[in-house]
Amino acid sequence: MSEDKRKVVIELDNVKRDFKVGDEVVHALRGISFKIYEGEFVTIMGTSGSGKSTLLNQLGCLDTPTSGEYYLDGTPVRKMKRSERAILRNRKIGFVFQNYNLLAKTTSVENVELPLMYNNKYNARQRREAAVKALQAVGLGDRLEHKSNQMSGGQMQRVAIARALVNDPAVILADEATGNLDTRTSYEMLLLFQKLHHEGRTIIFVTHNPEIALYSSRNIMLRDGKIREDVVNENIVDVREVIAKLPVQNDED
Amino acid sequence: MNFTNLIRVAMRAIMNNKMRTFLSMLGIIIGVAAVIIMMAIGQGSKMSIRGELSKMGTNLLTIRPGADMRGGVRQDPSAMQTLKVADYESIKQKATLARYASAEVSSGGQVIYGANNTTTTIYGEAPEYLDIKLWEVEKGDCYTEDDIRKSAKVCVVGQTIVEELFGDKGYDCVGKTIRFKSIPFRIVGVLKGKGYNSWGMDQDNVMIAPYTTVMKRIVAQTYLSSIVVSAVSEEKSDDCIEEINEILRENHKLKEGDANDFTVHSQQEMMETMSTTMDTITIILVVAAAFSLLVAGIGIMNIMLVSVTERTKEIGLRMSVGARGKDISRQFLIEAVMISLTGGVLGVLLGYLLCTAASSMGLPCSIPLWSVILSFTVCACIGLIFGFVPARKAARMDPIEAIRYE
Ligand SMILES: Nc1ncnc2c1ncn2[C@@H]1O[C@H](COP(=O)(O)OP(=O)(O)OP(=O)(O)O)[C@@H](O)[C@H]1O
Ligand SMILES: [Mg+2]
Repeated sequence: MSEDKRKVVIELDNVKRDFKVGDEVVHALRGISFKIYEGEFVTIMGTSGSGKSTLLNQLGCLDTPTSGEYYLDGTPVRKMKRSERAILRNRKIGFVFQNYNLLAKTTSVENVELPLMYNNKYNARQRREAAVKALQAVGLGDRLEHKSNQMSGGQMQRVAIARALVNDPAVILADEATGNLDTRTSYEMLLLFQKLHHEGRTIIFVTHNPEIALYSSRNIMLRDGKIREDVVNENIVDVREVIAKLPVQNDED
Repeated sequence: MNFTNLIRVAMRAIMNNKMRTFLSMLGIIIGVAAVIIMMAIGQGSKMSIRGELSKMGTNLLTIRPGADMRGGVRQDPSAMQTLKVADYESIKQKATLARYASAEVSSGGQVIYGANNTTTTIYGEAPEYLDIKLWEVEKGDCYTEDDIRKSAKVCVVGQTIVEELFGDKGYDCVGKTIRFKSIPFRIVGVLKGKGYNSWGMDQDNVMIAPYTTVMKRIVAQTYLSSIVVSAVSEEKSDDCIEEINEILRENHKLKEGDANDFTVHSQQEMMETMSTTMDTITIILVVAAAFSLLVAGIGIMNIMLVSVTERTKEIGLRMSVGARGKDISRQFLIEAVMISLTGGVLGVLLGYLLCTAASSMGLPCSIPLWSVILSFTVCACIGLIFGFVPARKAARMDPIEAIRYE
């Protein structure tokens, strides 16, 4: 998987996104251009309302730009059919929503299985196996049959992460994926993302926490829908070292 | 998404809203049950009428006064007085293909014996009437041609009359005198029981007396209400009709080109008329019931539209993890079809139960298999048709807008 030739996975060319609210027009993205290479771990930071989620929706093929062009693997997303974008989301992209978006009254396994339901290559058994594996990876191996309303916020967040990983995506987009976790669990999640990064996956991680930038390979700062800063991080800190220094917790199983 | 998963998801959605789904299903259940019952009763009565008519013998011919009425034109009352005793006598003498013939007049009224009374119909007939109707005398004998000539006040009675007037002393009713509209009739014979016919009419509630007596004493008229004839065989029925036509035209002095002032119906013809009438009634009833299915379909559409709106967030989520518009629309279509098909199955069951109940109460009821198949097909179509609009609405949603829906 990991090639050193630095293939461009994502390319934005002056992407703008306007929202009409009543008579006013909100410019959520005001012309964003960047390239993200295969295997990068990019953190996106910025104040609330700076357009991070809007940008991530663009990258996840959930939304299309008002103007400008988004090329995914060289193909302009605008030119794709709705169903083609759906298949792309299903096979290539893992998306962790800022507010989890789990199915109500549904167990965590079923929630995690959901993307695979729309992939005919998986049969029921393979689907469940993959879902259980993803849940174990986020430390919820003992919460398989819990329904979404029977779990804590942090657990729901981890189910959402597991769902984004279950289809073995090339690109992982996470919106505040550790926002609701305690220090230790959020480091564990970061470790998981670092592991995925080492496996060669492209990760884009939206966060408010400046510390997380230390563990990624690149950091993009947004302000008012524009890029203010885009720096490459040469010495990535290994999360394992940080975890090792943490005081031992008492509520571990 | 494959078919099994679609069904599973639809099941889940239905189970999450049992009450609401059941209520919208109720329309289908009632509609289908109504269709099933209507068709069953239609089919059942047709079968029993056929059975009964053929029991009477297919070579039965009935001559009525007046031109052919099937056009539906009302006729002058005098046109209904064209059949005379003379016509009957000519038929008896000249119609070689008629084995039996009987003149017929009838009247309804009360019959009294002692303190008991009951309402019945008196038929004025020739003795041959019993041969025509394949009716046997159980006790005593029928009256004779001699009684006809003398307009004797004698009669044969059906079982119901015996029971109503004599109660448990019915065994020696022969020879007793009963009064119909205050005219005394001596009972000379008791008819064998026939039971009810498919219209629910008691065939044993009859008095049969010489037509001469009934004409003179009861109805006080000089014309006949009909003449019944039994052709020598079923094949000869049509020839027999020809013969009767000639005899009566001659009797009535009709010139060539004049229309008949009487009509000859054969049993077969009656059977066909009956069948078509039954069919028409059945169709009307089924169409009425089918309209209730249409209304039920609209109910399902309504509930599906509500469901689509309620589940906007879920739809957005499914789309964002890779469901195509196609997958979403199928999910809702299948849900609609499942609701209507389940309603169909329950409706057929309900119809079946009601039919069994109706049968046990003596109503002729027989569910034709094709009506069950038709019901299921119609239900599936209702699901598809009325699920289409909600499904399309769901499929056209924008993933990100849907997921933000509150
Ligand atoms: N669907 C929408 N309709 C109207 N305005 C929108 C819509 N989505 C986003 N916006 C606006 O676009 C701007 C950027 O929103 P966005 O959700 O991208 O912010 P964010 O950077 O993710 O903020 P946060 O850190 O609070 O999540 C905001 O001003 C918001 O009001
Ligand atoms: Mg956001």
